Amino acid sequence: METILKSKNSLFRSDATQKLMAFAGLIALFVVFSIASPNFFQFSNIIGILLATAVNGILALGATFVIITAGIDLSVGTVMTLSAVMTGVFITVMGLPVYVGVLGGLTTGALAGFINGSIISRMKIPPFVATLGMLYIAKGLSLVISGLKPVYFNDTPSFKEIAMGSILGKIIPGFEVPNAVLILFGAAFIAHLILNKTVLGRYTYAIGSNEEATRLSGVNVTFWKTAIYALAGSFAGLGGVMIAARLNSAQPALGAGYELDAIAAVVIGGTSLSGGEGTILGTIIGAFIISVLTNGLRILSVPQEWQIVVTGTIVILAVYADILRRRQ
Amino acid sequence: MDNEILVSMVEIDKRFPGVHALDNCQFELRPGEIHALVGENGAGKSTLMKVLAGIYSKDKGRVIFKGQEVTVSTPKAALDLGISIIHQELNLMSHLTLAHNIYIGREPGKAKRLILDEKQINKQTEDLFARMHLKLDPSAKVSSLTIAKRQMVEIAKALSHNAEVLIMDEPTAALTDAEIEDLFSIIRDLRDRGVGIVYISHRLEELQQISDRVTVMRDGRYINTVNTNETNIDEIISMMVGRTIYEAAPEIPEHASQEIVFEAKSLNRGRWLKDVSFKLKKGEILGFAGLMGAGRTEVARVIFGADALDSGELYVKGERVDIKSPRDAVKHGLGYLSEDRKDLGLALGMDVKTNMVLASFEKFRSWLGWVDERATEKSAAHYAEALDIKTPSLEQKVINLSGGNQQKVVIGKWLTADTDILIFDEPTRGIDVGAKSEIYKLLNDLTHQGKSIIMISSELPEILRMSHRVVVMCEGRITGELPISEATQEAIMRLATQRGTIINGSESVSNSVKLGSA
Repeated sequence: METILKSKNSLFRSDATQKLMAFAGLIALFVVFSIASPNFFQFSNIIGILLATAVNGILALGATFVIITAGIDLSVGTVMTLSAVMTGVFITVMGLPVYVGVLGGLTTGALAGFINGSIISRMKIPPFVATLGMLYIAKGLSLVISGLKPVYFNDTPSFKEIAMGSILGKIIPGFEVPNAVLILFGAAFIAHLILNKTVLGRYTYAIGSNEEATRLSGVNVTFWKTAIYALAGSFAGLGGVMIAARLNSAQPALGAGYELDAIAAVVIGGTSLSGGEGTILGTIIGAFIISVLTNGLRILSVPQEWQIVVTGTIVILAVYADILRRRQ
Repeated sequence: MDNEILVSMVEIDKRFPGVHALDNCQFELRPGEIHALVGENGAGKSTLMKVLAGIYSKDKGRVIFKGQEVTVSTPKAALDLGISIIHQELNLMSHLTLAHNIYIGREPGKAKRLILDEKQINKQTEDLFARMHLKLDPSAKVSSLTIAKRQMVEIAKALSHNAEVLIMDEPTAALTDAEIEDLFSIIRDLRDRGVGIVYISHRLEELQQISDRVTVMRDGRYINTVNTNETNIDEIISMMVGRTIYEAAPEIPEHASQEIVFEAKSLNRGRWLKDVSFKLKKGEILGFAGLMGAGRTEVARVIFGADALDSGELYVKGERVDIKSPRDAVKHGLGYLSEDRKDLGLALGMDVKTNMVLASFEKFRSWLGWVDERATEKSAAHYAEALDIKTPSLEQKVINLSGGNQQKVVIGKWLTADTDILIFDEPTRGIDVGAKSEIYKLLNDLTHQGKSIIMISSELPEILRMSHRVVVMCEGRITGELPISEATQEAIMRLATQRGTIINGSESVSNSVKLGSA
């Protein structure tokens, strides 16, 4: 008994360390960049960082669910683009109200995710392959539907406000935090609740921890996996709406590479690719680490090419730190 | 004197965080001896041997090999000395050939070993097999072998390292009796050639057959070493548990009523199941006996919907049911406790609470799929107490519990789901002696409460002690059904080895055996 108790405590401690480590890393980056450049710790720059995190952060939220099930979703980037294009089609081509267009964008993402989930759980195709297929399908469809041209939202100025307006700025004058940032935190909060408080969240962990045992417990794993991928797709859809609102246009050629940024954020945040563990808070911290790094290096006039190299190094170091922690 | 002793371990101490795994332990091995090492789970047997094999480093103590003190800091160092260990989970690469597995890392090659010499490696392996009188094809893939054959390959691998000390951790856990005999003759052959063999086992009845001496450990401490022919199983058990346990005669309270709660009719599945029919009464423990591979687990899996049936009918409480998935089975009140708890029964990385409600979240979900945390906790706490699960908290990850407590968590899961028909597949595998009798008591209590149990077990004493009726299988068929009064080890073994075509009626076996309950 006593020994079990002790091991539990140390386990608990190491879980806490892990979160602390990522958070401490983020703070350290803040401190270093603040010292290195007076331009870093400015209200406008911090807002810039938050804004830059919004889209990747939202995609990473969905990816967190999938990765906890020991799956992977490579299609989030291009599904995001497809959702943006569909939103554009609904609003500008079909002339539907903005909120219907937004719902249409979310639904597009959810549908793509649903298809991913069905292919994976019913046809038993590995997630990597299924979502790789969807990556191409969504990319192709975006180009087909848009006719290779960007869709602009010039006739509906209210659409842009979704991301770039500031409700907070209206309430507290001067505190112009763009809505995109609020939406990111709102989405993160909802994702956290789903993951920790609902049956779907419990099954997400259970499937990642031991899929066969979960199935043999009478859980309809096929259904729940499909639901989890559909949820990830919905977040990609939300990402699509956000990026369209931010750019005031749906860019059909955009989107490739976003899935990797999302996965990087999840991994830096301490979620294991082998499934069973991970947190939303970790993912959000991971997403911020990437954008703080990019932003800070840019302020220090490090060329963009090198920023990418640094991001890659950070991914490897973050996972290595996690492995070292586990070894203890 | 020193030439008499191959290995001697003295005052070995080893601590893991929070656990004193080895407390001043000793062990001694002579050349040409089979030395059994026994003890309950967690007694420190495997840890001690892992120290000898260089997998763990000791904190204190000395290892003396052939009269010289040695430092065995890595598995490679142990191999170089001639100390080989064969783990319980075999460590072979199933996609490679036998020859490649045996000589991995030491492949003979041409052109400065850049090009693999296939011919040579197969030749070497063939010679090795010939020395062991093994008839195996060096170029076959490991995946094509049975567990028993893989074990032989592991032994061959150890010999290819010129092992003088061979440590075997539960080598017979997954073998049939015939395979065990083959294994034993190879082990004896090695002994006669002067190899010192350490034999870790839970199957005490084997010790008499195979070992020369027995060392008993308990709670990380050395207890005693005795000559096998001067002791008996009861004495060893009492050294293991530190008390004399009363191995009671079959204890079979008669709760079984005549009500049939479950019936299987003519189940067929490929080459695994042929025309399997049986009935289960309310409050009954129906034992399923047979050798490994007889199809008992397959029966459990098809009635639970984990595998598909080719044909056959299932009835729950007299009503025909269609079970296509475990989900359907749970709905009809069936629960399955797999023989493989870790892979099929538990989400090891998750906590006790979640595992306990994993089969019945439907009951604990409220609006929008919200988990009713309080109800979950209450239910988990209730069953944890009822089953006497020893865990510091309900938030403990089940990976940190002992085998017996893990098994109780699985039982708790099915009680939470309110299942009436429980299928236990090897309920006490990997569970130590003390926890075993607790599980037995639990099974009896469950039948008291009107639950019906199908118990698959490879341990005949367990079958005889627990069952009200015994169904015996062989090669996918039910070869007989015995009321407990007529069930003896001999009768069961006779049915369990009854190969070929068995048909109801005229070709029947002895009179004491009724065939096919349906």
